[in-house]
Amino acid sequence: MPERYSPLWELTVARTKEFVRQPEALFWVFGFPLLLALALGFAFRERSPERVPVGIAEGAEARRIAAILETSPALQPRIHSEQTAAEALRHGTISLFIRPLEGGVMYVYDPTRPDARSARMEVDDLLQRAAGRGDPLQRREEHVTERGSRYIDFLIPGLLGLNLMGTGMWGVGFSIVTARTQKLLKRLVATPMRKSDYLLSQILSRLVFLVLEVIALVGFGWLVFDVAVRGSLLLLGIVCLLGAMTFSGLGILVASRAETIEAVSGIMNLVMMPMWLLSGVFFSADRFPDWTQPFIRALPLTALNDALRAVMNDGLPITTMTMELAILTIWALASFGAALLIFRWK
Amino acid sequence: MSDVETIAIACRGLRKQYGPVVAVDGLDLTVRRGECFGLLGPNGAGKTTTIEILEGLTRPDAGSVEILAKNWNGNGNELRQRIGISLQETRLNDKLTVYETLRLFRSFYRDGKEPDALLDTLALLDKRDARIARLSGGQRQRLAVACALIGNPEILFLDEPTTGLDPQSRLQLWEEIRQFRGNGGSILLTTHYMDEAERLCDRIAIVDHGRLIALGSPAELIASLRAANIIEFQSDPMLPEATLRMLPEVHDVLTRGPNWALTVESLVTAVPRLLLACEEEGSRLVHLSTHRATLEDVFVALTGRELRDA
Repeated sequence: MPERYSPLWELTVARTKEFVRQPEALFWVFGFPLLLALALGFAFRERSPERVPVGIAEGAEARRIAAILETSPALQPRIHSEQTAAEALRHGTISLFIRPLEGGVMYVYDPTRPDARSARMEVDDLLQRAAGRGDPLQRREEHVTERGSRYIDFLIPGLLGLNLMGTGMWGVGFSIVTARTQKLLKRLVATPMRKSDYLLSQILSRLVFLVLEVIALVGFGWLVFDVAVRGSLLLLGIVCLLGAMTFSGLGILVASRAETIEAVSGIMNLVMMPMWLLSGVFFSADRFPDWTQPFIRALPLTALNDALRAVMNDGLPITTMTMELAILTIWALASFGAALLIFRWK
Repeated sequence: MSDVETIAIACRGLRKQYGPVVAVDGLDLTVRRGECFGLLGPNGAGKTTTIEILEGLTRPDAGSVEILAKNWNGNGNELRQRIGISLQETRLNDKLTVYETLRLFRSFYRDGKEPDALLDTLALLDKRDARIARLSGGQRQRLAVACALIGNPEILFLDEPTTGLDPQSRLQLWEEIRQFRGNGGSILLTTHYMDEAERLCDRIAIVDHGRLIALGSPAELIASLRAANIIEFQSDPMLPEATLRMLPEVHDVLTRGPNWALTVESLVTAVPRLLLACEEEGSRLVHLSTHRATLEDVFVALTGRELRDA
């Protein structure tokens, strides 16, 4: 019984093997985003209500005041010399400097710094009460710390989107342009191979890594930073799939005529750079002026990031993100179709 | 028999220009079924442009092409199923193994050979699982030919199949081409090696500057020199051309580098006459060699240039 061969399957397998056998490519797909998440996650990690360092001028009163301030969980009092106080304030090693006066106290601080202002209020409150002030109103407090509202919660979906864009475009674009410069494309069109099979295989093989890539990044966020997926995992999968296909399509389009690696790198950066900045990877796209919003919303990475955050952070259902999914679908179809038309095989 | 049954490749009035350079200048060729046909010419003669037009990869500016009695317009898919191609410089995917590559190419064809069986005939079975990056030049070229053969083609197009190969690899490849022809296949190959054309091809078209300058079997082409041997010599001082042309038996007098090249029927009578002429002119013989006429001599006779430095 002769073996049956499916060209689309064989092309996809070949492309997948080619990719796996390039260790550097694996690093850029898996290693780099994890390192980026780790670095940014630690840099911006939630400071559990941090104690604000305050300095107390050396002298007879210093120890007594320090003892009072020690009772607050928000303050970290230390006795500080007058001479270096100004410098310490400037460098932020202390946020507030306290100078006991005859029958009172002086606060030295920069009022534009929020931590200094809150330290001043806290210190003043404690010292006034210790000096005998009464509080006529009864107080009750309820503390709300919600998961999914930290910076790292915002960042992980953005990095996931960024990664889907980067690996989709670089992975597909480089492979195609390399094949073109080596005249492999020309050799392939000298066979009865269907051209659409070749281009589809590029997208399909991307999907193989997509699964691993998403699991790696989401799993990493969950294990290291406790970033949860609040919505449905299935929906997350669908959004990632659509995003990956969109950017593979865009990668094919970008690579459709370029004849050198340098040329395709240039176009690739030209296409991706605006999305790095505008599409809300590291900070919300809402911060840009209102008149830019329609353009920014129409970018595929903005749509992908918004949809990813809606699933991961807000746990919203698919019905709330039809606009984003529609934008991604349009980009995917338009870029694949355009690529098929203008693609240079020789 | 009708043309459909006897003609593998036919083109008429082929023309292709790249900017100011005319690569192919009105070429007519006919390759019969079952023959090995060689396009012989120096680098830049338009061989690759011609073969790529015939392969349907390049569009001619003018002229018609028929492959297996069909033209490329609208029959591309069917023709691609029936021909096999090896391009002049293709780098197959370095990251894939020999078997994986062949299997990929096999999948494009409706019918074809089993990759392993083909690797066996091409003596590549021991390299089956080696990555292409690790193959020698000869092995790569054999794999390129394997990729051309995998779909059981009726016509094989080979563009400079042995350029840059060591002698052993060349012989091996020639053997494979002969086998394909022995099984009824037709071959069109380009080469700038006259020995390759002479030993491998049933008929040869010599092209220069995109034009056909001679056509025939190797024997016919060599016979067109009307003399079977070449004498090359150098003397001090050089004998004048007029003297040489006066010698009996000499059909043609050509320069070849610093030497004179005389086309003669019989060495036995021509050489003593030449020695006598030197003596009479007071010229000292510096160098003398003889060889049987080859395609190289045909090319020199036609163009006044040598194939390898043309």
